[in-house]
Amino acid sequence: MSLATMFKRNSLLDERSTWITSIVLIVGMLAVVVLHALPPEHAWHLNGSVVTLLGKYLTYMLLALAVDLIWGYLGILSLGHGAFFALGGYAMGLYLTAQQAPLAPWQTVMAHFPVAALAMVLAPGLLALVFGWLAFRSRVTGVYFSIITQALTFALMLAFNRNEMDMGGSTGLTRFDELLGFSLASESMSVALFVASGVAVLLAFWGCKAVTRSRLGRVCMATRDAEARVRFIGYRVEHVKLAVFVLSAMIAGIAGALYVPQVGIINPSTFAPLFSIEVVVWVALGGRATLYGALLGALVVNYLKTLLTGVMPDAWLFLLGGLFVVVTMFLPQGVAGVLARLRRRREVAA
Amino acid sequence: MTPTHTMNRRPGSVSGSQAGTGLRRCLAVVTVLLVWLVGVSPVQAEVTPQRAQALLQALDTDDFEAKAEAAQAIAASDAAQKTRWLKTLLDGRLGRERDGERFYIITDDSGREWPIIDAITFEDAGTGSRRSVDTFRINNDLRTQLQRLIASLSLGAGDEATRLAAAKRLVGEVDAQSAESIATQLDNEESPAVRAELETALALYRVEQGDASGLATLRGNLDTRIRNSLADIANSDSPIAAQAGDVLAGIESKRAWYERGQTLFFGLSAGSVLVLAAIGLAITFGVMGVINMAHGELIMLGAYTTWMIQQLLPGQPGLALLLAIPGGFLVAGAFGILIERSVIRFLKGRPLETLLATFGISLILQQLVRTVFSPLNRRVNSPDWLQGAWQLNEALSLTLNRLGVLIFCLVVFAALWALMRYTRLGLEVRAVTQNRTMARSMGVRAARVDMLTFGLGAGVAGLAGVALSQITNVGPNLGQSYIVDSFLVVVFGGVGNLWGTLVAGMSLGVINQVLQPWVGAVLAKVIVLIGVILFIQKRPQGLFAPKGRTS
Repeated sequence: MSLATMFKRNSLLDERSTWITSIVLIVGMLAVVVLHALPPEHAWHLNGSVVTLLGKYLTYMLLALAVDLIWGYLGILSLGHGAFFALGGYAMGLYLTAQQAPLAPWQTVMAHFPVAALAMVLAPGLLALVFGWLAFRSRVTGVYFSIITQALTFALMLAFNRNEMDMGGSTGLTRFDELLGFSLASESMSVALFVASGVAVLLAFWGCKAVTRSRLGRVCMATRDAEARVRFIGYRVEHVKLAVFVLSAMIAGIAGALYVPQVGIINPSTFAPLFSIEVVVWVALGGRATLYGALLGALVVNYLKTLLTGVMPDAWLFLLGGLFVVVTMFLPQGVAGVLARLRRRREVAA
Repeated sequence: MTPTHTMNRRPGSVSGSQAGTGLRRCLAVVTVLLVWLVGVSPVQAEVTPQRAQALLQALDTDDFEAKAEAAQAIAASDAAQKTRWLKTLLDGRLGRERDGERFYIITDDSGREWPIIDAITFEDAGTGSRRSVDTFRINNDLRTQLQRLIASLSLGAGDEATRLAAAKRLVGEVDAQSAESIATQLDNEESPAVRAELETALALYRVEQGDASGLATLRGNLDTRIRNSLADIANSDSPIAAQAGDVLAGIESKRAWYERGQTLFFGLSAGSVLVLAAIGLAITFGVMGVINMAHGELIMLGAYTTWMIQQLLPGQPGLALLLAIPGGFLVAGAFGILIERSVIRFLKGRPLETLLATFGISLILQQLVRTVFSPLNRRVNSPDWLQGAWQLNEALSLTLNRLGVLIFCLVVFAALWALMRYTRLGLEVRAVTQNRTMARSMGVRAARVDMLTFGLGAGVAGLAGVALSQITNVGPNLGQSYIVDSFLVVVFGGVGNLWGTLVAGMSLGVINQVLQPWVGAVLAKVIVLIGVILFIQKRPQGLFAPKGRTS
């Protein structure tokens, strides 16, 4: 098999997965909206809290997408993506509290939605820019990078726990009233936020797909597989890494901003290293470097979490821990890898 | 700075009305005679019972100034019982029979019926109560004076420890009268420690009187009472204010040095915890290139082993702790080998996957401990020889448990270093660290080395857990709180480098302690974290880069 046909097949495969994923996402979203619109006494009716829960899953899927973009395509394992998610969330939280009672004088500026919206993207983006620039410039790679990202989110967790930050200390920001003039308590708001999250996931999915299929994406994958060679060919590897890392952080920030109004609170525990590493296992389970795998993994793991923490809370950590071990040992390509292998076997058989 | 009793000291001596006392003495003599005639048994004292009765009789007045004078008289008398009288008077346990002339000491005033003894003969006098015995009341002035009298009385009597304690209490409590008695006492005193205390007390008294000659003795003394008095004098318009200020400045700078020493000790002890937690990690990471995220949980297992051994040996915390050292090593080491054989072996050459898998194991171990032992924190008792503090002087005291951990850390480090330097396993480990392929082709069984190294690293983690159980509570989250820090130490010190880990751990501990008083504990930690992140930018290989070719 020549390299060209392999490449073609792979891109064809990608093409199909893109279509399937998009259709599943759109149909799923419409279904949820329609089911919610059914009269409450109907057996298939979805109430507002379920819609909100699904909306929360969507923000997690968006975060998983951001992690897959750099881990799957660039080979950079960030154990601190929760930090960018939380920063976006805090920006949203500040906007929501600034409308009623800002915690500090400077926060009144966050009451303007355009400013807040900029902050949701720029705060994580800037952090990623500074941190990534420092790290990639001195060629910190592999496990070293993973460890310092973990240290970063840990440091931020400690910092946001301080009351002097005017970010609510360990309680965080909560008691939100209204978003853009609409009450957050209403059912229509749940649906609106759900739809917004769904649209964000869809757009981010297409955006990431476009990036990975572009020249930039090809250089990314080449960097992942043989960094030194790409550098010797003449690419500025650190610039490529930095660009994608910042993009990924911004997506995570948006995910966090959408997450906060749906769960109604943001506190320093979102910065906890455990959360960030949980995100990694979503992606690992779904399958790296496929994007749809990340979406699938985030949905499945979080659904399991909701299910298990309700029924038998003790079992959840056993299952999560077991997932880490099983996925890394037996499913290195995740569920997406299994699907691809099955399809390939069918094609060979046909 | 805390104000002490020195600052609100009142003038000591009081002058009673002579006429009143004289009259009372006459009465006393009469009553004593009467009592004697009735037939009180004679006592073995240097004063006659009559005299004793008279001395006590003088206390029976509502005039506190007269009472103070009577107490002075008792202290100055030759009565053998005088110390006990003054002490019981201070405690409110000296009293007089309501319908008679006898004086009693209440030996236990907790109940309603008090066991009492005769105050002069110390013979059992049955029981008394609030209705049959009137205790002598004292006020604050009198209390201060009584304490002073008792202190100078015990100066002349008892063993060296009692005299030293009495002399220590005297500092800042000297007045014109006691100054003279102290001066005579000083001539008779033989113990140098007691002499030094007495001289200090006298010197402070002289300085307080405006006499600059005492200042030389006080120079460099770290006692808080002296520091406070000197501060008062330096701020007053006393003629020696400037000189006192000089001495005070000297004392302050000496204190500052000791405080720095204290900070250094805290830093080193925090650092030794970091080193213990990180050193096992450094070995496994260095040799196998494996990030073991379950390392913190192996520490936790060591701590729980200590707790369990202590549960099995109740009442013998010392023995339990000594047994826990090999116990923790073996338990954690066994778990480590199990993890290596069952998981890590299959993930060779995939460091990121190993990281995730071991993280999964850490979650499982945490939940296992929560399910088996409960999510609550457990307290491990320290043996007597690790409790309390070693007080070097007024400004410097070392907590024994932290000192123990520091020494333990150094011992473990030395043992590991010797193991790496002088044993066959150490040689093989170093060979595999430097160049795995080359080592294998020279006949080193790398897989076996991997297993043993991982077991060793895990065992050392267990030892860290044993040490941690002495300074913090044991709980399922114990490991998590140390994992990020220990990774930083490893990365900061340079991978696979024992000395680097030691230096890095100790310096992070000290830096953290130095920063804390300025910016607070949390921000200090954040600054250290950011500092290490920046440091890794500059030197990705850490403080001590491994020498030679690495595969």
